[in-house]
Amino acid sequence: MVTRRDLLLGAAAGYVAGDAWADELYGDPRGVLGVLPEKKPLIRRSIRPPNYETLLKDLVPDITPNEVFFVRYHLSRIPRVDAALWRLEVSGASAQRPLSLSLADLKSGFEHVTVTAVNQGSGFRRGLCSPRVPGVQWGSGAIGNALWGGVRLRDVLQRAGVGADALEVVYRGADGPALMGTPEFVKSLPVERALDEHTLIALEMNGAPLPHWNGAPARLVVPGWTGTYWMKHLTQLRIEPKPFDGFWMKGAYRLPTGAFPGERFVSQETKENTPITEILVDSLITGPVPGAHLRRGQQVILAGKAWDGGSGIEAVEVSLDGRQSWRPATFGRDLGRFAWRSFHLPLDTAKAGPMQVSVRARSRNGSVQPEKLTFNAAGYHDNRVQSVSLVVT
Amino acid sequence: MKSAGLSAVLLAALALAALAGRAPAETAQSSSEEPVQLKTGPGSDLTTGRCILCHSLEYIPANAPAMDRAAWQKTVQKMREKFAAPISDAEAKEIVDYLSANYAEKS
Repeated sequence: MVTRRDLLLGAAAGYVAGDAWADELYGDPRGVLGVLPEKKPLIRRSIRPPNYETLLKDLVPDITPNEVFFVRYHLSRIPRVDAALWRLEVSGASAQRPLSLSLADLKSGFEHVTVTAVNQGSGFRRGLCSPRVPGVQWGSGAIGNALWGGVRLRDVLQRAGVGADALEVVYRGADGPALMGTPEFVKSLPVERALDEHTLIALEMNGAPLPHWNGAPARLVVPGWTGTYWMKHLTQLRIEPKPFDGFWMKGAYRLPTGAFPGERFVSQETKENTPITEILVDSLITGPVPGAHLRRGQQVILAGKAWDGGSGIEAVEVSLDGRQSWRPATFGRDLGRFAWRSFHLPLDTAKAGPMQVSVRARSRNGSVQPEKLTFNAAGYHDNRVQSVSLVVT
Repeated sequence: MKSAGLSAVLLAALALAALAGRAPAETAQSSSEEPVQLKTGPGSDLTTGRCILCHSLEYIPANAPAMDRAAWQKTVQKMREKFAAPISDAEAKEIVDYLSANYAEKS
């Protein structure tokens, strides 16, 4: 007999009707859908500043469409930037020839390049961690994979002349706080990362000009590093010989020193804590959804995404017996080492009963998704082995 | 079995009707709509007035599962010291009292 719950779960898994997604909020009782201008429905975490995450169904495609890509802001004064008037200032104590560039200057004066890369919010899955920690209560939707187009940050910095004493590149965007005394959202990168050939000033996202809510007209794209470094509405770059001493570097986005693998940001490190940097190896099951009831004999494909900080995914393994034994999933298209990789595996639905499906990804750098969360006060880096409980009836 | 089949069809229709009815109401929302309101009680007006200077109010119920009195104390202090929220000592106490009484669900 079909129960209402079955129908709802079926709808969520896409088995019933295209648009009737019932459990899209992923069991989050506090989640509500909201719509920003020019966006399709997203899970709304806050209205002002706008923080909206992507529905699970919209993480199914290899490329996350612009109109469903997640939105993250810290401060509530967000101007619509006029691309014709916009300028990028490049200066700083270690800049040899300060520059001021228009959008036309960027487009005509520098080589156009692209990279497909995952943008993962640092707070990805914070709302799912236990014990709960303060912050925007993100689920699994603070992530997306897009084709970014623009110019190399390196080329722009080198046009301005990077002094031998350069240590960090400090940058900000056009958005600002409601109150005078609130720290502007200013971030920095180690100069080596800023000069990495893959770090871009992006002007396009999936072949279109950057959408307003994702940073028009120009944003930083730092493949392999979490979203906090991907400054939207970029207006200013400073090449500096000293560590940047601002709230959003020293007082936020910090991890206990030495607790996690990944590249270090040495000039910002203290004995106690250190900035979050690289995305850790991770995966997301996009279907079936947790709790889905599968019909016996029904053809069901386990599907999802796996990604890391830029080494590339070597393998995705699936366990159907409570993590006793593992079998490899099949990969989808390879979109490059900074992109996520789709995986799939047909599930055996011949036998009725509960089924627990677990997924773990392995990076080419040898790291594997852990079984346990390394608890930290900000709820970062929850990249545990992913599981869904299903029922075959 | 006939009744079971019928009830399944009925339930299906109801479920789909519920889904169909739900979507337009939600998709009609935009970033400027739907003021989130805090629970009414001693301190709710002050808390609302100070917090909405910089952010909408759903941050408060959304964070309740992570919060106890000490955590609210720390958060209000952070808003004053790091974010320059214009909150006096007396107001901070009233706000922390209000938040601890209404939005502290940390177990």
